[in-house]
Amino acid sequence: MSEKSPYTGTQALLKLATRRDRIQLAVWMYGTAALAYSAANSVKSTYENEKARVDAVQLLSDNPALLLTRGAPVGSSQGAVSMVQVFSYLCVLAALMSTMAVVRHTRQNEETGRAELIGAQPVGRQAGLMAALLLALQANIGLFIFLGIVLPLAGLPIGGSLAAAAAVASVGLAFAGVAAVTAQLAGTARGANSLAGAVIGAAFLIRGVGDALGDVTENGTVVHSAWPSWLSPIGWGTLVHPFGDERWWVLALPLAFALLTMGLALRLSAGRDLGAGLLADRPGPAEAPRALLSPLGLAWRLQRGALLGWLVGIAVLGATIGAIGKSAADALKDNADLTDTLGKIGGGGTDDPAGVFFASMMVMVGAVAAGFTVQALLRLRAEETSGRLEAVLATSVSRGRWVAGHVLVAVLGVVALLLVSGLAAGLTYGAATSDVGQALGDLTGAALAQAPAALVLAGFVVVVFGAVPGLTSGAAWGGLALCLVVGQLGGLLKLPQAVRDLSPFTHLPALPAAEAEALPFIVLLAVAVVLAAAGAALFRRRDLAP
Amino acid sequence: MAPDEYAITAEGLTKDFGKFRALDGLDLSVRTGEVHGFLGPNGAGKSTTIRALLGLLKPTAGKATLLGKDPWADAVEVHHKLAYVPGDVSLWRNLSGGEAIDLFGTLRGGIDKSRKAELIERFQLDPTKKCRAYSKGNRQKVALVSAFASDSELLILDEPTSGLDPLMEAVFQSCVKEVKAQGRTVLLSSHILAEVEALCDRVSIVRRGRTVESGSLQELRHLTRTSLSVETQRPATGLAELPGVHNAVAEGNHLKLDVDNAQLEPVLAKVLGFGVVSLNSAPPTLEELFMRHYGDAPAEDGADGDGGKGGADRAKAEAATR
Repeated sequence: MSEKSPYTGTQALLKLATRRDRIQLAVWMYGTAALAYSAANSVKSTYENEKARVDAVQLLSDNPALLLTRGAPVGSSQGAVSMVQVFSYLCVLAALMSTMAVVRHTRQNEETGRAELIGAQPVGRQAGLMAALLLALQANIGLFIFLGIVLPLAGLPIGGSLAAAAAVASVGLAFAGVAAVTAQLAGTARGANSLAGAVIGAAFLIRGVGDALGDVTENGTVVHSAWPSWLSPIGWGTLVHPFGDERWWVLALPLAFALLTMGLALRLSAGRDLGAGLLADRPGPAEAPRALLSPLGLAWRLQRGALLGWLVGIAVLGATIGAIGKSAADALKDNADLTDTLGKIGGGGTDDPAGVFFASMMVMVGAVAAGFTVQALLRLRAEETSGRLEAVLATSVSRGRWVAGHVLVAVLGVVALLLVSGLAAGLTYGAATSDVGQALGDLTGAALAQAPAALVLAGFVVVVFGAVPGLTSGAAWGGLALCLVVGQLGGLLKLPQAVRDLSPFTHLPALPAAEAEALPFIVLLAVAVVLAAAGAALFRRRDLAP
Repeated sequence: MAPDEYAITAEGLTKDFGKFRALDGLDLSVRTGEVHGFLGPNGAGKSTTIRALLGLLKPTAGKATLLGKDPWADAVEVHHKLAYVPGDVSLWRNLSGGEAIDLFGTLRGGIDKSRKAELIERFQLDPTKKCRAYSKGNRQKVALVSAFASDSELLILDEPTSGLDPLMEAVFQSCVKEVKAQGRTVLLSSHILAEVEALCDRVSIVRRGRTVESGSLQELRHLTRTSLSVETQRPATGLAELPGVHNAVAEGNHLKLDVDNAQLEPVLAKVLGFGVVSLNSAPPTLEELFMRHYGDAPAEDGADGDGGKGGADRAKAEAATR
């Protein structure tokens, strides 16, 4: 081939990427479609008639907390009710699938040196990025087809199903563009994924705020999202209004956004060296500070940047929850049914509407903290597979001491995250109620109460790392997903109690609504300690991965 | 405690990964104070052996001691006294090279600051660069500086110079000689035969998870062959059938053949009978020895086809271009 196009070889690379990801992407598609199907199906079986669905939607529309975490309803049909429950989560899953795929085939290739090997072949310099984008396009088309098939199978009308499927896939594409840009900016795959993840989180939150502030109309069955929703790619997806008035033209927004970001990424990529990030390297010190020179110091050094990002994110989340707390409580005051429902979500109902609201929100805060522990502890495995651990354990550092360093950073990180979220929520809620002292105390306590459950998940990750290291990553994210599904959607999907009990979060008292009991905390902490100790002991007995 | 005679011993070391047997009864003994070369083709089990010696892998069977201790049970204690340079040095991307050197040194139990500065100077390393910006050779330098700056009794070096340029190779060799002069022990896994010849007192060659040859370079040379090129008055016949003769090629009065050193005398006696016009002999080379063990043919049966000889020729050509 004498062609000198920068895209030469894209097709071959796309084939390679498709082959490498054939299982991973299929799992993402199946999983996302399965969630959509089971939600639509359970709406059908839960609500017998239109009247029951109208009641449910009215309940939801009255409550900014639910609007924030779920979405704005567009009607009371089976499809509309299903979508309000899961649509935002479908968008987040499509976004994660797309960003991780794009980063995997761009920045990660560069980081591991695979791109260098490919770059030495007769392959254009843009071919790698283009292949990654085409892979994301393929994946989202696949997702569109999957959703377009399963939603009608669950009994939903074809038109709305296609609109929903197209909206989810378009949001996925928009985030593929975001990841293409972050992969140019950051020098590492981790950095690129973290940046893209932060954008997804922000998009979810901005859409939530827009929906929470929306106008309730049509007797409470339709909520018109406020302007912030128009600023978020996930918001664009919901604004398509599948199973409502189905505004197909809104799809132009995520698609145009995808094209713009992808074009920007290609421009950025054309002007930089292989392996280099646009965020430049500064020289480091020639001598190590004393604080670095221990396993704990090293673990802290490796984790602190990521922790800072998580702290900023959870502070924003906490402040948002606190800020809408008062209006949520006011809405609950007039509606005993709703208070009851929310009480069930949070884990225990009382007469205190604000307490009920915050208890249901703290479940989300706890899930974010658990997400941090999972990411932090996956470092254990990353250190091992990269070969860096080998060099460390060849010094006089014992395996136990090395694990302990990373576990300690994860534990302190969880406590710091929950503390910051509680403080942020307390400050904004206190400002609204003019009683900052009380709000700070209540909400900080309620946030910190999530720690034992997050730590049980941490212990689980350490056990898997010690026993079946090859499964660490899958089991860790799977465990987190289980906690999320059980916590956020367990009620909706009508999961049996035995399944819900698998999540440590199920066993927490619903602070600040419920009375604080010591026993669940003690038991959960004990379980976490036993799991972590068992994991460390198993790790001491096994071979190190090459 | 009196110093042990052997810094490293391994007896019948066996390691299975599932159905794959990586080590198959490997023996190794490294005397205290010597530089021991550890050689073998890729996949022979060198790195697996080293990882077992470091207590990173638990052997399926067999026994190893390092500095008189069990490397699996007493890993931390043993590691106080040794420094390890992995074959593929992987460092933390956001640490500077200087930080990584200090980190390894301190985790090992202390680092000599002035020695570190001197080594950084000799290896021409920029310690302020972030590790992600280092080339393979520079990452190796980080690990080497950290190892040589320690006062460890034992250095375990796994192909430590595969990314270094010839200038740095020379610096490396002088560092190893200094370590040896201080009475410390070095286990050096290497593919660079010139390096092995310059540094090692004894070598062990492994193949398919077993030690196939072990001894001083002198001893090993006796096991190899001499290449003869002879011109005779009459065509020399019947030589190929003699024991210890390999690769005999006759063209008229010209004959080329390889002879086992132990069989040189009877072969030469017979050659003289044809009236020698000229005779050239090439001394046994290390390359040839290694090629015999690295090649595909099983080493035990001593048979050596054209492949082995061709390999030796390739090795010579390689050595010449190096």
